[in-house]
Amino acid sequence: MATILVVGEQAHGQLKKATLNALTAAQQLAQKNGGQIHGVVVGGAGEELAQFVQNVHFVQNAQFEHALAETHAAAVAEAAKKIGATDVVIAATAYGKDIAPRVAAKLGAGIASDVLAVVSANQFKRAMWAGNAIATVEVTTPVKVITVRTTEFPVAQKAGSPGQAQQLEVAAPQAKTKFLEFNEVKSARPELTEASVVVSGGRGTKGDFKPIEQLADVLGAAVGASRAVVDAGWQPNDLQVGQTGKVVAPKLYIAAGISGAIQHLAGMKGSKTIVAINKDPEAPIFQVADYGLVADLFKALPELSEEVKKLK
Amino acid sequence: MKILVTVKRVEDYESKIKVKPDNTWIVTEGVNYRANPFDEIAVEEALRLRDANMPSEVVAVSIGSGTAQAEIRSALAMGADRGILVKHDGFLDSDAVARILVKVVEKEKPDLILMGKQAVDVDDNVCGQLLAEYLGYGQATFASKKESLESAEEKAKKPGLKLGADKKTMQVVREVDGGVETLELQLPAVVTVDLRLNIPRYASLPNIMKAKKKPIEEIAPGVDVSPKVKVVKVEAPPARAAGVKVPDVATLVQKLHDEAKVV
Ligand SMILES: Cc1cc2nc3c(=O)[nH]c(=O)nc-3n(C[C@H](O)[C@H](O)[C@H](O)COP(=O)(O)OP(=O)(O)OC[C@H]3O[C@@H](n4cnc5c(N)ncnc54)[C@H](O)[C@@H]3O)c2cc1C
Repeated sequence: MATILVVGEQAHGQLKKATLNALTAAQQLAQKNGGQIHGVVVGGAGEELAQFVQNVHFVQNAQFEHALAETHAAAVAEAAKKIGATDVVIAATAYGKDIAPRVAAKLGAGIASDVLAVVSANQFKRAMWAGNAIATVEVTTPVKVITVRTTEFPVAQKAGSPGQAQQLEVAAPQAKTKFLEFNEVKSARPELTEASVVVSGGRGTKGDFKPIEQLADVLGAAVGASRAVVDAGWQPNDLQVGQTGKVVAPKLYIAAGISGAIQHLAGMKGSKTIVAINKDPEAPIFQVADYGLVADLFKALPELSEEVKKLK
Repeated sequence: MKILVTVKRVEDYESKIKVKPDNTWIVTEGVNYRANPFDEIAVEEALRLRDANMPSEVVAVSIGSGTAQAEIRSALAMGADRGILVKHDGFLDSDAVARILVKVVEKEKPDLILMGKQAVDVDDNVCGQLLAEYLGYGQATFASKKESLESAEEKAKKPGLKLGADKKTMQVVREVDGGVETLELQLPAVVTVDLRLNIPRYASLPNIMKAKKKPIEEIAPGVDVSPKVKVVKVEAPPARAAGVKVPDVATLVQKLHDEAKVV
């Protein structure tokens, strides 16, 4: 029988929501292979994960304080070996992408990354060529590791009765990496990948994000950006939407002053409703937009903010 | 310092990518090829590190069929010192690539391995991490820098990765969720680069000429390359139905409210 290990991600001892998307993928996999689900989380939040998963293993000691790939992958691989895991499932966040391949190497497992759908017990769908193609890949090894695209799997619900969280004793390997500092980008707005509305700006803003931010605040939205904006240093890296940035799928995505390059579309095509505001009627973004407005964003966005306020 | 940098031959991101009618792969006829853009950033960083820490050497490695010579040549034209082509025809999964690179590392013994964070064909983002684990090295994925690509540091072509005074460590700034992290790696180590690390240089004509004389060694994979992950089907993505243009903001809001029901 299959044993599936879902890997939790935490920050400051709190479970990240992405874990619950990964858990849904694990549950889908369990339906295909008749497996049982365990959880592991390194650094804390064991009790919290046990609200959702029956058997939780947590690793908590000072050596694992920082999320170093070497140590965290070692802890996850230890947990996987201990329970005889056949599958390891992690959200494809920066953390998941960093550690999952090392876990796979330790377990001799094949890895399918950024999975969009579970096709069968060993086949998964994933995007290639900036989303220009969707591949079905087959992992041929007895143990499999998958990282999952969070926007493709809904958040899992709490279990009927809470499970058990047990501490797993793991000795951290001597890391060849030292954590020096973390500069957090603080924002009062919702997190980009979790928001139900996203307002994104491109090079057309010329670096002036005030109209974008104003509209975002009226809508309770997260702010996103194109690569051009982030490369110019107008907005932090963390806000880049696209093939090589964040993938988002909100209820409403508003793109202003963004041309719609394939690499940008790869990160937002899955949104339910897409609005494009661009002064060039030929901009490719209009090909994916449900509603397109050919206009100057500096005029249209303030008007839009006013109109939406009136509705509220 | 000796730096090994990887360059993968990939479909040009400006080419139109179409799925083959038999769903086995994409159509490759009529498609342009070039070096993976992330690998170009890795080559640029390798060159900056070399020039700031002489004597040093930059070795560019590619794994693929004979045509991948072209991508090694373009790394040499940018300024890399010599090339290695690991010759293999046909599909390799990232795990096989990582295990081949282990062999190259054992032979070359570089102080640093620089790679793109992902290749823009299969968009895997796992190879560097696999390599680091197989070698038992530390890693820094998503390497970036604090200064913007329009900063004076970038214009002066300063390396974003900082070699320690003892030349045994390296400080790397990484783009992670929620902010920017700085790690110190013990060398040798694997670093995979992100978009904001640098702007790669163009090769000048004299350097393109010079590159023709630089050596490229051809070797065999030297490992079992049977894939752990096979591609069984390739399909076109679901198309989005075309939308409508609205004449003004008032109509837009009315549609978002009444039709899409999202505001
Ligand atoms: C390897 C690789 C990876 C990449 N990854 C990503 C990624 O993850 N995400 C991403 O976004 N890009 C990515 N890109 C870059 C991508 O190809 C485009 O270059 C980028 O998305 C362009 O950003 P933009 O639309 O803001 O700028 P532009 O293409 O310059 O478009 C600006 C738009 O603003 C409009 N405009 C100008 N002024 C106004 C105004 N006053 N009002 C209204 N509209 C106005 C213009 O008509 C134009 O359409 C990647 C590229 C490569 C090579």
